[in-house]
Order: sequence, then structure tokens, then C-alpha cells
Amino acid sequence: MATEPETPEDALAVEPAVPSLVFHYFTCWYKADVKGKPCEDHCILQHSNRICVITLAGSHVVLQSGKAIKRISYQISTNCSRLQNKVSRKFKLGAQILTELSPLCKIYCSDGEEYTMSSCVRGQLMEVNESILHKPSILQEKPSTEGYTAVVLPKFEESKSITEWVLTQKQYDEVVVKRINATTATS
Amino acid sequence: MFPLTVENKHVAQLLLSTGTCPRCIFRFCGVDFHAPYKLPYEVCQKVEASGFEFTNLVLSISFPPQLSVREHAAWLLVKQEMGKQSLSLGRNDTVQLKEAYKWITHPLFSEELGVPIDGKSLFEVSVVFAHPETVEDCHFLRAICPDCFKPAKNKQSVFTRMAVMKALNKIKEEDFRKQFPCPPNSPKAVCSVVEIECAHGAVFVAGRYNKYSRNLPQTPWIIDGERKLDSSVEELISDHLLTVFKADSFNFSSSGREDVDVRTLGNGRPFAIELVNPHRVHFTSQEIKELQQKINNSSNKIQVRDLQLVTREAIGHMKEGEEEKTKTYSALIWTNKAIQRKDIEFLDDIKDLKIDQKTPLRVLHRRPLAVRTRIIHSMETHYVDEHHFRLSLKTQAGTYIKEFVHGDFGRTKPNICSLMDVTADILELDVESVDVDWPPALDD
Repeated sequence: MATEPETPEDALAVEPAVPSLVFHYFTCWYKADVKGKPCEDHCILQHSNRICVITLAGSHVVLQSGKAIKRISYQISTNCSRLQNKVSRKFKLGAQILTELSPLCKIYCSDGEEYTMSSCVRGQLMEVNESILHKPSILQEKPSTEGYTAVVLPKFEESKSITEWVLTQKQYDEVVVKRINATTATS
Repeated sequence: MFPLTVENKHVAQLLLSTGTCPRCIFRFCGVDFHAPYKLPYEVCQKVEASGFEFTNLVLSISFPPQLSVREHAAWLLVKQEMGKQSLSLGRNDTVQLKEAYKWITHPLFSEELGVPIDGKSLFEVSVVFAHPETVEDCHFLRAICPDCFKPAKNKQSVFTRMAVMKALNKIKEEDFRKQFPCPPNSPKAVCSVVEIECAHGAVFVAGRYNKYSRNLPQTPWIIDGERKLDSSVEELISDHLLTVFKADSFNFSSSGREDVDVRTLGNGRPFAIELVNPHRVHFTSQEIKELQQKINNSSNKIQVRDLQLVTREAIGHMKEGEEEKTKTYSALIWTNKAIQRKDIEFLDDIKDLKIDQKTPLRVLHRRPLAVRTRIIHSMETHYVDEHHFRLSLKTQAGTYIKEFVHGDFGRTKPNICSLMDVTADILELDVESVDVDWPPALDD
């Protein structure tokens, strides 16, 4: 029988969420089971200047299940495409406004399953990552760097209160370990 | 009018022709009338007390706006009288009151302060007169030309000199005469001075600085009123200048800038400091050299060279450098994968590499979102160990080096990570040279 996993990384066998020194300027925040969907975990990388990069957490189904991604789309509704986001000049006018539950993109897997990524953060959408449209596998190969989904600029007043509705690294690790233990126990 | 009697007249004229000053002429003629003398000395006292160093000055005098109305009335009367003698007189044929006033007072000022009056002087003394007794003399103009007197935001009264002049140019002679006596009535009191201000135009000091600390911002780093890091490049240089030039404040600018954790080596980075309202402006080149030495002795975090006085126009060279000139850097790079010398050699052969950089995330909060194309002209690698190498680069101005190394989430393409197919990050960065040949190098 396998030994109990020490850390979520051991359990999940993914690269640590902080793969390089780039992240000594970023703090990792997490949202687990976004919109109540099990294991749809997101990781928010917040820079010291308050800008947030929305990425898939290592424990997200899409990264864990080994399924192939067929395509990714930023067309989140009939009338709204995140690709149409136009941000002008220094004051970021014209950006699409996001709430925590605003959809960012849809991930279509080859087994027919569909996953939606959510903003997790309130603020203005700065940009979405277009390279994952051309090469969806990047999302799985480098989820925390080149495979990022979106960049969001929270309102200045809210940038500190972001911590109220997300998990810290430590809290996230506990959630993941608990989840693994629950699965192991029932299997 | 000056109370010289008819008898005094030719005496006064004779004395004037010998170059005798007006003050002495009056004294000689036994005139005991201090009013014309009062002004210059009151102003002179203030100028002397202000502590400015100056070799010339420019005088700005502001008369009360209603004086223009009275002058206009006098002019209409003169025109009328000349007309009676079939002589025509243009407005420009008469001497403006202000001109006459300057002719009389400028020599008085000059003599008392010991310097010439020069319209191009940087040292300005401004004097504002008021005459409360006749303040309402110009109010009738508003009824006749209301659009000349629109209330402006910061002005206390709409009856500014400009507005009054505009109305006087518009108003018809008959309408004016109906409302205002020609000649004007004689007031009881003379004008009084309500404001005397002295100010010296800015002077500029330029030089080049080296930065040896990896913990020093260029400008003070203050968040929510709290200083995050001790001091700054600009303060370490400018504070000394502020003291010696006795200036009110300064504006620091440089040909680009580096991050807190980046050193500036080589010849250093050009900078220029505008010293606002300096009280002391004359320095020998020896004194400037000593000032440079003083700055260099006071800190080992920065060093300054080629310190010199420059003109405002010269600043343009420096800003030109920021956008057009190349820079060279040296970076210490870490790689996650083990590397051998052969893995980095190919970088030496890449010339004029075009890269596209989206606005780095670390500055996106204060810079517009855009993509900038930049050129990495050349690179030189120096192998350190399996996970480290040094990279020297020569790049176009405005290139974000850190992002070229770690890729900034793939938002700078290509980057070292993509070129080498590794995960790389930058541990240390130094500016080796800023290729701007300004300010001129001084021999020490």
C-alpha cells in the first residue's frame, strides 16, 4: 500500500504551483470546487501590485484526469466573447467587468466533457491568453505560466479584501489532502 | 506731476543733461516731496531681505486695471485737443504711462540695488499696485461690453487688466465719454503696493550617476504615507544641490531608469535636476567639482560624475537618449534544467533579434496595455555552472530585460526560456552602459 501523501504535490504528482523564482513576487490564492463543481480548482496568482493572473490549480480535473483538450473557447455566451475585450490607455477604460463567478472561457475535452473557468476575482479584465487557443495542450503542460487564462485588475479598494473569499496556500493544501484521504478511504 | 516750478525747469534740464540723477535734482531744487521716492525703496528693501543672489533683474509692474480707463480718458482728451489744431495723433505716438513710469523708476532701482535692469534676466521682481479709492471706475464697462467680463475660475474680480483693455478697445468714444469724465478726476491718494514678489528662474544641473546598491529606488518609495525603503537616488543627489543652491524644490529626471534591485555601472546614467527658485546661482567650475565630491563622499550607494550647470534646452539631449539610444546589460540567469556550455553558445550568434513584449505584469497597474517590439542587438554568454550563466546583452532603448529572460507568462516572445526550452529566471541584473553622449564628459 502506498504511503500517505505528505503534500498535495506528492499526491497529485504535478509540478509545484510555484515552479520558478518568478513567483517570489506573486502570492498564490486558491478557490476550490468553483461553482460547487467538484475538483474544479482555480489558482489566483496575485502580484504585489495587485494584478491577478487566473490559472488552473494543480488539482483541477483537467490537469488530474489526463484527458485531452479538444479546444478552448472565449465565447462564453451568444453575446459575449472575452476576445472582444478592449482596454484602452492607462486608465483601462472599456475593459469587461468581472465578478467572482464571471465565466472566462470554456474548455472542451475530447471525451465530450465541458469545463468553465471562472474569474474568481472582481475587477476589470485586462487580457485573456490567446496562445491557449492555438495550442490547448499548453494549459496542461504549463498551467502556472504560459498556460494562464486571464489577467484581471481588481479595484484598488478591493485588492486587499480579495483574501476574504479565497483560500491561502495552507488552507488549499489542507483541502486537497482531505479530499485525497476521503477518496482513498472510500476506495 | 512733479512739483518743479517754472524757475527750476531749466536748472533741472541742465542737470539732467549732465547725467545727474533725478533724486539729486529734486534735492538741489529744494523739493521736499517724498511720494515718488517711497516706492523703489520699499521694494528694494524686500528684494535685499529676500536673500537672492543676482547680477541683473527684470521688473514686472502691475498697475490697477482702472488706471487703463483713466489713461484712455486722458488719451481721448489729447486726441481732441490735437484735432482742434488739425493735427492727427495715433495712439502709438503717445508714451504709455507704464513706459514713462519705467523710464523714471528703473534707474532708481538700478542705483539702489546696484545692478542693471535686463528684460532677459532670470531674476524677477514683481510689484502689484492697487488703488482702492477708484476700484469701481471701470465697472461701467461691464454694462456696455458684458462678454469681456466673464467670470474666470480662480479670479476674485472679473475686472482684470486684460478684460478692461479688451473693453476699452471695443467701446465707442461717445459711449465712453458719456460714462467717464475726460480728463479724469483727481484722486485723493496715490497707489499703494499690495504685493512684492521675488523669484529666480530655474537653473539646471546635469551629470551621470552610478548606482551600486541593489536596494535603492530611483525616487522615494512611499505607500500610504509610509516610506518602504530608505532614501532614493534622486534624494541622495538632489538634497545637496537643494541646500547649496538654496532652492525651494527640485525636479529630477534621467535618461531612463533602473529597478530598485538593479545596479548602474560603467559610465553611469545621465540625469538632470531642475532647481526651482534658487537663491544662489553663481558657481565656479571648482565649486561644482567640490559639490560633486561632497555628494560622492556622503554615500557609497551612488556616485556622481560630470556634474555641471546646463541650460534648459540641453535637457532635450537626455530625453532623446531615453527613446533612441542603446543600452547594455549583464544578467545572472538561473535555469531549472542542467545546462552545458554548448547549450548556451548559440545565443552568441543571434543578432538583432526582434521580440514582442506585452506590457509586463509588474508594471501593468500603471502603464497602458500594449505590445512593444524591441530589438536585442547582440548577446554574449559566460557559463557559470549547470544551473547558472551570465548573459551580456545590447538592446534597443525601452526593452524590459527581466521579462526577456523569464518570459512573463509567455507574454514576451521570444524569450530565453523559449529559445533554450528551459524554465529560466533572472537572479541579478546590472546596467553596464547607457549609450548617450550627454552631458559632456569633464576631465577631473
